[in-house]
Amino acid sequence: GAETFHNLQELRHSASLANKVFIQRDYSEGTTCKFQTKFPSELESRIERTLFEDTVKTLNNYYAEAEKIGGQSYLEGCLACATAYLIFLCMETRYEKVLKKIAKYIQEQNEKIYAPRGLLITDPIERGMRVVSFECHAAISPIHWSQKYKFKDV
Amino acid sequence: MSAVMITRKVRKWEKLPGKNTFCCDGRVMMARQKGVFYLTLFLIIGTCSLFFAFECPYLAVNLSPAIPVFAALLFLFVMAMLLRTSFSDPGVLPRALPEEATFIEMEIEAANGNVPAGQRPPPRIRNVQINNQIVKLKYCYTCKIFRPPRASHCSICDNCVDRFDHHCPWVGNCVGKRNYRYFYLFTLSLSLLTIYIFTFDIVHVVMRSVDSGFLNTLKETPGTVLEVLVCFFTLWSVVGLTGFHTYLISLNQTTNEDIKGSWSGKNRVQNPYSHKNIIKNCCEVLCGPAYPSVLDRRGLMQEDSPASETSPPSSSSMNSVPQTTKTTAPLIPNEHTPDDVKPSIADSAEKTPSPKEEESPAPKLPPLASPETDAETSIIKDKAH
Repeated sequence: GAETFHNLQELRHSASLANKVFIQRDYSEGTTCKFQTKFPSELESRIERTLFEDTVKTLNNYYAEAEKIGGQSYLEGCLACATAYLIFLCMETRYEKVLKKIAKYIQEQNEKIYAPRGLLITDPIERGMRVVSFECHAAISPIHWSQKYKFKDV
Repeated sequence: MSAVMITRKVRKWEKLPGKNTFCCDGRVMMARQKGVFYLTLFLIIGTCSLFFAFECPYLAVNLSPAIPVFAALLFLFVMAMLLRTSFSDPGVLPRALPEEATFIEMEIEAANGNVPAGQRPPPRIRNVQINNQIVKLKYCYTCKIFRPPRASHCSICDNCVDRFDHHCPWVGNCVGKRNYRYFYLFTLSLSLLTIYIFTFDIVHVVMRSVDSGFLNTLKETPGTVLEVLVCFFTLWSVVGLTGFHTYLISLNQTTNEDIKGSWSGKNRVQNPYSHKNIIKNCCEVLCGPAYPSVLDRRGLMQEDSPASETSPPSSSSMNSVPQTTKTTAPLIPNEHTPDDVKPSIADSAEKTPSPKEEESPAPKLPPLASPETDAETSIIKDKAH
């Protein structure tokens, strides 16, 4: 109703005042997906360095798991090739499974750690795996945060 | 006054920039010009139909019924690989949203410092070290991002593609990270199919000529002549192409890098992505993980947000950060935009092909790759020469 509409407007207004910090990719090990763990100065006042580094390192581990070239990926590749890759029409690839885990992890981190500090992480897959974006908001009541999350899921 | 809600659900693919065409509500993604792709389909399906109609009945009876069965399996595999290559997202990198683009612009301006008026600012390049090799990441003025290593902007599709190999008009799509293995398997299986049909055509003609004479054979199965012709010309091009790509895979190189001579050994540069082991390189390219698409073509656009995916900047949402991306970004980019510089780039002899191209009997048909349309490359190259 009118109240929901008003809350959404407020959220969008607060989003417009957001400063965004973009954590870029770390290409030092090649083209595998890895993000820089260097703590940006803009977040110094908002969050502890160790929490930030933990989050990025865990994300990097997830991506490394997804892109690992080993026994399981060979098996998946050969099996898929033998079926002319038709198996991908019904089966989820390993990468997609890990992406789901990552989405859950990010949501958890947002709810537990970042939202209480007025920050919001965006899943890198929504930015073409180029950046992890941290949005800094002015302090907003938790109820608006959970609403924003529901809005995002839809 | 109540807000008017749009009732039709708009999916994200409808608002994607770039020159792709989409089918099946975003499930299929191809380049705009599909004429040559239809030719490919026609040739493959046509030749195989002739083979099944003319040769197979005789061979199944006189030699073995396994022959048409195996041909059918091979044909189905070829079609599956072709369609998978043509219809999938090659690894397109989505364009930067306004905030990300602004952030990058600010970083660049901070790095450049003050440029005296009238002077061209330095080229937008970021250096990264990969496996003890300095790799230059170039900035894409169209997509407003620094391209990841091995990515390149395809001028035909107007997208940056990750691990860009080349734009193939025969499959009607770019070949990149996500569909390279399907493309390779397509050329490999097509080579096998061509050799198979060619061989059994000859066998069939020989066997039948023994019974009825050469001329009568040709009269009874007129399709044979057509098949042999098509196979003969296809053999040279497709087998050559398969060989070329096998070579590239063993070195973990892309066609784009090969054409530009990125790792040709000048100035002691070596390919930092190669594992220096042929088996490892092959395994990585062919048996690596199946990368997901980052485009989210079938996601729903949020109806009440003013089309945040498209280029016109949303008016209400950016009041603290001024829209610098379009206006105060160095004016010079207009000179550097890919469209302006495209005709003047003489990097490679390849050019965008016309839709109705005929098969050429060249011994090795080089893939028609689109050169990277970055002005900085040509300027730097000019300076270097």
